[in-house]
Amino acid sequence: MNFISFLPLLLALVLSPLLSGVINRTKALFAGRHGQPWLQTYFDLWKLLQKGAVYSRTTTWLFRAGPIIGLAATLTAAMLMPLGNFPALIAFPADFLLFAGLLGMVRFFMVVAALDTGSSFEGMGASREVFFSALAEPALLVALATLARQAHTLSLSTMFGPVSGAHWLQAGPVLMLVVIALMIVLLAENARIPVDDPDTHLELTMIHEVMVLDHGGPDLAFVLYSSALKLWLFAAMIVGMVLPATGNVWMNLLLAVVGMLAVSVVVGVIESVMARLRLVIVPQLLVGAGALVAVAFLLSLA
Amino acid sequence: MWLLSAMAVLLYGAVVALLLMKRPSLNYSWLGAFPVVLAAIIGCIPAIQVLLGGPVEQFHVPWPVPFGEFFIELDPLSAWFLVPTLLLSALSAIYGVGYLRPWQSKRPLGPIWFFYGLLVLGMMLVLLARNAVLFLVAWELMAVASFFLVTFEHERQSVREAGWIYFVATHLGTVFLLAFFLLLARETGSMDFAVWAAQGIHTQGLAGVLFLLAVIGFGTKAGFMPLHVWLPEAHPAAPSHVSALMSGVMIKTGIYGLMRAFTFLGTPPLWWGWGLVAIGLSSGVLGVLFALAQHDLKRLLAYHSVENIGIIALGLGVGLLGMSTGSAVLMVLGFGGGLLHVLNHALFKGLLFLGAGSVVHGTGTREIDHLGGLLKRMPWTAAAFLVGAVAISGLPPLNGFLSEFLIFLGAFKGGISTGGPVAVPLLVVIAGLALIGGLAVACFTKAFGIVFLGEARSEHVSRAHEVDWTMRLPMLMLAAGCAGIGLCAPVMVGSLQRVLENVTTQRPEVVRMTLANTTASLLFVVIGAVTFLLLVAMLVLVRRGLLSDRRVDESVTWGCGYPQPTVRMQYTASSFAQPLTDLFRPLLGTRKKLSAPRGLFPAEAALKTETPDLSREEMYRPMFERGERWLSQLRWLQHGNVQLYILYIAATLLVLLVWKFR
Repeated sequence: MNFISFLPLLLALVLSPLLSGVINRTKALFAGRHGQPWLQTYFDLWKLLQKGAVYSRTTTWLFRAGPIIGLAATLTAAMLMPLGNFPALIAFPADFLLFAGLLGMVRFFMVVAALDTGSSFEGMGASREVFFSALAEPALLVALATLARQAHTLSLSTMFGPVSGAHWLQAGPVLMLVVIALMIVLLAENARIPVDDPDTHLELTMIHEVMVLDHGGPDLAFVLYSSALKLWLFAAMIVGMVLPATGNVWMNLLLAVVGMLAVSVVVGVIESVMARLRLVIVPQLLVGAGALVAVAFLLSLA
Repeated sequence: MWLLSAMAVLLYGAVVALLLMKRPSLNYSWLGAFPVVLAAIIGCIPAIQVLLGGPVEQFHVPWPVPFGEFFIELDPLSAWFLVPTLLLSALSAIYGVGYLRPWQSKRPLGPIWFFYGLLVLGMMLVLLARNAVLFLVAWELMAVASFFLVTFEHERQSVREAGWIYFVATHLGTVFLLAFFLLLARETGSMDFAVWAAQGIHTQGLAGVLFLLAVIGFGTKAGFMPLHVWLPEAHPAAPSHVSALMSGVMIKTGIYGLMRAFTFLGTPPLWWGWGLVAIGLSSGVLGVLFALAQHDLKRLLAYHSVENIGIIALGLGVGLLGMSTGSAVLMVLGFGGGLLHVLNHALFKGLLFLGAGSVVHGTGTREIDHLGGLLKRMPWTAAAFLVGAVAISGLPPLNGFLSEFLIFLGAFKGGISTGGPVAVPLLVVIAGLALIGGLAVACFTKAFGIVFLGEARSEHVSRAHEVDWTMRLPMLMLAAGCAGIGLCAPVMVGSLQRVLENVTTQRPEVVRMTLANTTASLLFVVIGAVTFLLLVAMLVLVRRGLLSDRRVDESVTWGCGYPQPTVRMQYTASSFAQPLTDLFRPLLGTRKKLSAPRGLFPAEAALKTETPDLSREEMYRPMFERGERWLSQLRWLQHGNVQLYILYIAATLLVLLVWKFR
């Protein structure tokens, strides 16, 4: 274990709030606005950490535990995710199952904390969150199964290396389908358009934002930071798949970070050119993603 | 010898309970519970010895029943099932002492403790019997004893109906078992399990028929969809400590029977594995969907047992695929995951049923939509239920994650290396388990969130109180078990070694090697889990430090500007599950009755949803109605004339005599 093995984790910890800045600037560019500062999320986090808190009388210790457990699970998940061809801090066969399980843990406690407030708005958001993520889960795992089959390895840290670069020439269609599906899962799991609109002003239509209506101060900072990390982790999967490796370590590092920013730009473009889908249409999108990766898996059998 | 003394203690305790507790004034529940606890301790000793590598014990006594022999044996497979059975029996018995207190002054409790003891005895014998006649006798003992336990509150119409459905279902299952055993006996000329395992079945067609008979017969007890109809009726009707026992371990005797049957049937063809994967998928997905649609807490848990049986079946399916292709990895991980899930499910489902029992005990209702805010009134029950809910959703660092991890790992390892006929069902396993896991999170955030969080939804909650220590202690021990297994994953999986040698008939070193690879992965899982717990502890301190010298206020929940929210504005269990139940409506058949508000000043509106069991409504009801119509043509035989009945008997005897001396 040397400095290099801490790199993916460190970069995730430091740079993850930057991604939403990039997304917002991209959207501002499309809308012809100047947009918020690149580092807005850092400022928000800093300000929230300075504040006190107000809790609803309805809530219990679970409401206070929710953000803590959520952030702890996301941080642990961050230790499992490689960046480009830098392996993760912890890597073992089928580590992605632990990764998916930890994200499930985040979701469980976010939802339970939302229900703890007794607010019907938050109940609504909680209900939609479990609904969509239940449908996104098969797509994610089948996508990983397809990748594992292509790469003949079961660890996230070794899975992306063999499938990036030259492998695209052999198995382009399969990998293309997987990338599209992972992109859909990324949008759904991170509350982006077309599944959820992070900037909407109407509580009735939100999913993720409405679940955290009652959180404030350091609790909200924890929630914001773990969402930023989660976006980073999903983007890292896509970057890992498409990024070719070069011989130079520093070049690789630079490419990986640029790749992460590029994924954010793509998210920003998608958000700018699309409207949010009606809630009844979203399941079709997610089941569609599942179908894409199932086809990819079957293609890779041949 | 340990085992025989455990059984003797059970029998003795049961009879004493029956004889002593004849009047409400003589109710001493501990007298019924103590022998069960004692028997569990005595019985666990040899079982754990066998699992750790001790010699396999046998015990023969001639028995004056045709083809029968009192032949019991404790091999690793039996021992693996015996340990959770005895543990949960003992803990549920302790819980029962407190749970039955409201009935103490009203009716004699002798019978319920008598049948409780018999049920435990029956389960023990089913797991140990090595003679088909003895097995069937034990199987019936278990079925009849549990029938009387289910109908404990027999003054209620719904309970009697549930008991009746259970009675019919379990006996229909037994019919298939009878056929299974008779066919095997005819083929091998013996009733001895050892002979069956040694000879094996060598005709493909016959083996296939036997496989189907075993799946239907044992699957009825286990609760495979669509043979599960009795579960959602019987589990809510039974007293909660009995539901915990039935759902936690009794249905697993079906899984045990199925695994035992596999050892008789030789190398399985590929379609058996596909079959079990299909059964596992339908039970798992439909089980959790029906659970989501329920409004009754115990019914929800009952459907969840169907789901977990589905997960176990997926594991067995992976194992069977491995047996047909000779892949040790698939065998070890598939069967290993299924077996570990048997233990895990016993712990967390037992815990959840006991928790639901405490809720019923405290509030007097099982309607999820009438509850809410119980965490403040029942903090211990709520914490234990939360542990169970996280564990059953298959989330790390608790035990439910581990067994699903093993099955997943098996499916992934096979999925990246095998060809189409094996890889496609494994893909189904991966997608199915993922979907089941996601839906389970939805289901248990609903069950926990609506019951224990928010504000009280009705006056039932206002009289709620925390349960006493006899009921709290078993729940806390089970919760500790869930966490303990999660953190001792490599050790637990290592203890599967002998059971897997037993089931897969592979050489010990092959099993050991595959397990060693898995244990290495599990060690990292544990490292991850410990890291997670440390981070939680650290963040708790960080948060406390940040808030220590700042203002922390209390207020009302943010209602988007609305200052006077009422408890009826909260999201309910039905509204929480509505998007999912709507999406899967074709599979669920949920009925909705809506009287929408009308006019400019609407006065009233109502919405009623119910999700009756689809296979009961669409499959069994028409079938049984047709059967009844058909059989009622024979009513004229049953006319109430005793003389003619005696004539029937005489005529039958005559026919039998003629047939015998022909």
